[in-house]
Amino acid sequence: MTYLPKPRVQHPALTTNAIGLTRRDYEGALTTLCAGCGHDSVTAAIVQAFWELSVPPHTVGKLSGIGCSSKTPAYFLREAHGFNSVHGRMPSVATGAGLANSALALIGVSGDGDSLSIGLGQFAHAIRRNVNLLYLLENNGVYGLTKGQFSASADRGSKSKKGESNEMEPIDPVLVALTLGATFVARSFSGDKAQLVPLIKAGLAHQGFAFIDIISPCVTFNDHEGSTKSYAYTREHQVEVVHADFIPRREAIEAEQPADALTSVVLHDGSTLRLRRVADDYDPADRDRAYAAIRERQQHGEVLTGLLHVATGARDMAGQQQLPEMPLYQVPYDVLCPGADALAQLQRRYR
Amino acid sequence: MSQVNDFAFKIATANGTGSASANGLIMQAIFRMGVPVTGKNVFPSNIQGLPTWYEIRVNHRGYTGRTSRFDLMVALNPATYAKDIAEVQSGGWLLYDSTWPLEASLRRDDVQYLGVPLAAMCNEAFGGVRERILMKNIAYAGVLAALLAIDLDEIRGLIREKYGKKPALIASNDRALALGYDYAQAHFACPLPVRLERMDATKGRILIDGNTAAGLGAVYAGATVGAWYPITPSTSLMEAFRAFCERYRVDPETGRKRFAIMQAEDELAAIGMVLGASWAGARAFTPTSGPGISLMAEFVGFAYYAEVPAVIADVQRAGPSTGLPTRTQQCDLLLCAYASHGDTRHLCVYPADPREAFEMMVQAFDLADRYQAPVFFMSDLDIGMNDWMVPELTWDASYRPDRGKVLTPAQLDGMKVFHRYLDTDGDGITARTLPGEHPKGAYFTRGSGHNRFGAYTEDPDEYQDVMERLARKIQRAADAVPAPAVQPADTTTRLGLITIGSCHAACVEALDALAEQGIALDYLRVRGFPFADSIRQFVDAHDTVFVVEQNRDAQLRSLLMIETGAPRDRFVSVTHYSGFPISAQHVTAGVRARLERHA
Repeated sequence: MTYLPKPRVQHPALTTNAIGLTRRDYEGALTTLCAGCGHDSVTAAIVQAFWELSVPPHTVGKLSGIGCSSKTPAYFLREAHGFNSVHGRMPSVATGAGLANSALALIGVSGDGDSLSIGLGQFAHAIRRNVNLLYLLENNGVYGLTKGQFSASADRGSKSKKGESNEMEPIDPVLVALTLGATFVARSFSGDKAQLVPLIKAGLAHQGFAFIDIISPCVTFNDHEGSTKSYAYTREHQVEVVHADFIPRREAIEAEQPADALTSVVLHDGSTLRLRRVADDYDPADRDRAYAAIRERQQHGEVLTGLLHVATGARDMAGQQQLPEMPLYQVPYDVLCPGADALAQLQRRYR
Repeated sequence: MSQVNDFAFKIATANGTGSASANGLIMQAIFRMGVPVTGKNVFPSNIQGLPTWYEIRVNHRGYTGRTSRFDLMVALNPATYAKDIAEVQSGGWLLYDSTWPLEASLRRDDVQYLGVPLAAMCNEAFGGVRERILMKNIAYAGVLAALLAIDLDEIRGLIREKYGKKPALIASNDRALALGYDYAQAHFACPLPVRLERMDATKGRILIDGNTAAGLGAVYAGATVGAWYPITPSTSLMEAFRAFCERYRVDPETGRKRFAIMQAEDELAAIGMVLGASWAGARAFTPTSGPGISLMAEFVGFAYYAEVPAVIADVQRAGPSTGLPTRTQQCDLLLCAYASHGDTRHLCVYPADPREAFEMMVQAFDLADRYQAPVFFMSDLDIGMNDWMVPELTWDASYRPDRGKVLTPAQLDGMKVFHRYLDTDGDGITARTLPGEHPKGAYFTRGSGHNRFGAYTEDPDEYQDVMERLARKIQRAADAVPAPAVQPADTTTRLGLITIGSCHAACVEALDALAEQGIALDYLRVRGFPFADSIRQFVDAHDTVFVVEQNRDAQLRSLLMIETGAPRDRFVSVTHYSGFPISAQHVTAGVRARLERHA
């Protein structure tokens, strides 16, 4: 059904952004996910974030792997090229795309099945390389398309719809990302748009790998009593520790001094992240303490959300590779080819 | 046994002792004497200690195939003495290190033994364990120079080119060379009847390995992204690409690199990176070997169906599984032709030597772009890692990459609407667009069912419509892949011989030998897949077609039967799959055996 275009009725009252586009211009095809799926809320947050940032949709590359979450790039930014790849391997495709065209804004959408099983290796190595990619993991603890098996993020003791209990330790992508040295690590909830939209905006502006784990409940297979990824459970156990407000470069920054609980981080593109520490003892700049705090609160059943860790200044993949300003795919052939004389000269060493 | 400029010798050493540079020195010196020469490195999957051999064949007629007949054996590895001594031709010579006595049981009456106290001489002349071991190699090069009449000045010249800025090294190399040379002159009747004389048969030729040539081809093709996972025997292809890029592609002003090489976490990721880069508009490739192809298969099917260009270099090694990682075979012919689940069929090019490796690497990129499909560049360890004598590489300065149908922003401006998989030209090839360039160019690349407009579909007609077009598109490439090379016999014959890739060198030599014995065969070498119609015509024009290839199961014959529809009984297989390169003797014997059986 994804070929059914969404009706493009432009209500005159729809507000336009800085480049004259309405939110509708950032939408895609009609969703085919279940009614009430958390992923659709994430899609809406993506639309909102890109619209607010006034990003020209065609300058974005949207990529995914396989699964319910990976279908969603069809549902936003219809004027952006999409790449719905194979299971767990979106990071490698994004890596290649980023090498070829370092000017492309890349957003990858994955799920817990896609990222934490076959995709765990590629997820880890994309972090290692600090690929300039906004990576959203729509995490529901369950396989939807194959009807309700546990995923690797299912918490120990969590119950499946059929009543089975998961006995294995979960893989927490946030802890994995922190361990591997990711420079932007956040956790959010599909039901908390006020938190999610600024996080997406900040992640896009972050130079390097920006990771947002988004608890995004599966209404069909994992929204029951006993599930730790349901709407009810997440609402009850979510604790926001750092709220990020994203201030684009062009907007004047208010002159007031940040209060104690307010710190600012200036991103590579000149935009500013204003972090409001909701919890007094939490410091998102300190990776080790962030890790310890998340682990500690997990043991009390709390799911810490917000921008959990951010570090600026690390070289992204393009920097590590010493790529030129001009995207590689645009470098003219005449510059790339050494020519006939060079070939003749080179071959002296083979005689 | 007087064989001027027509003999072979073999050097048996242990891995990691530094013999490779001495062997290269000997070979290049012979080449500079104007005498055609080929080297085959037979090495173990090991870093240090296991036996390794280097075979050098000299042939005034220019045959470059492997030979299995050795006139002289340089036996420097006691662990393989017995085997090495058994391999010497009757009437031949065996050179050994007489620092230690040779067991009487290893003596053969029909072989002359030449003992040189290499270790003793080098221990006396050099200090330090490593230098003693290394200089022993140069010392045996000196012995060989005397025995085979290799021009010492050529060797000295090469040493100076190699160590130009290290006078101390030049001095010790000269000394070691003289040690061996003088000892041989003093103790043996030099030169031997098997020896060299200057010729003028290497002018306009170079000595190069296929991985270096293919890496260079990727540079000349304009490839900017290489993703790989190291695997023998393909590793040196990416190393060559890197070295040439460092030489030619670094912006002198900024130091920025006009290329990107990514060592992936595995082959699953390497091919993913290639597809991502191609999709975004770069020319991208990955070199690998059989095990890597197995891992890449899923993405290869994706690239076929979603129509993403990719160049995959398969430097084949002996399988199955890990197999023999350092030995050659042509065992991925079927795998690559139909890699991945579902109905797929892929373009392949099959170079026969390093020169073709250079040329076909460039062609592979053009084909991938034009047909928006994965293209397999099918080399093997023999081509990739051995030094071959080939005509100099040439470059047509008017060459421009064929990027295929890629719509520019200006073209999109003039279009009402763009549909990714709509065949507007009727040739099966649809236009693509690059991300980031134009709002009208957007499309959704997917491996799931899609219709001609690029939208998701499960509709039978829409699905089949795309599948039919893909079949047509790939079939049409039969006329665009490198055409078969045909060489008719001097006389009319009903016998044909078909081969592929690196078997070529052995086959041309065998065809000459068979012709001298009164057996004429027309010859066809397959150079591309899908097969051109002329291959079926060649088969039809002969009663019997010998199919020579290097794998157990006659994969080329299977491909010929599947693809040409020619009857099975038309084909006679001559296979070789020991892991060593095929020899002319093997081909000749195979053809003769079958003809005699049917006579």
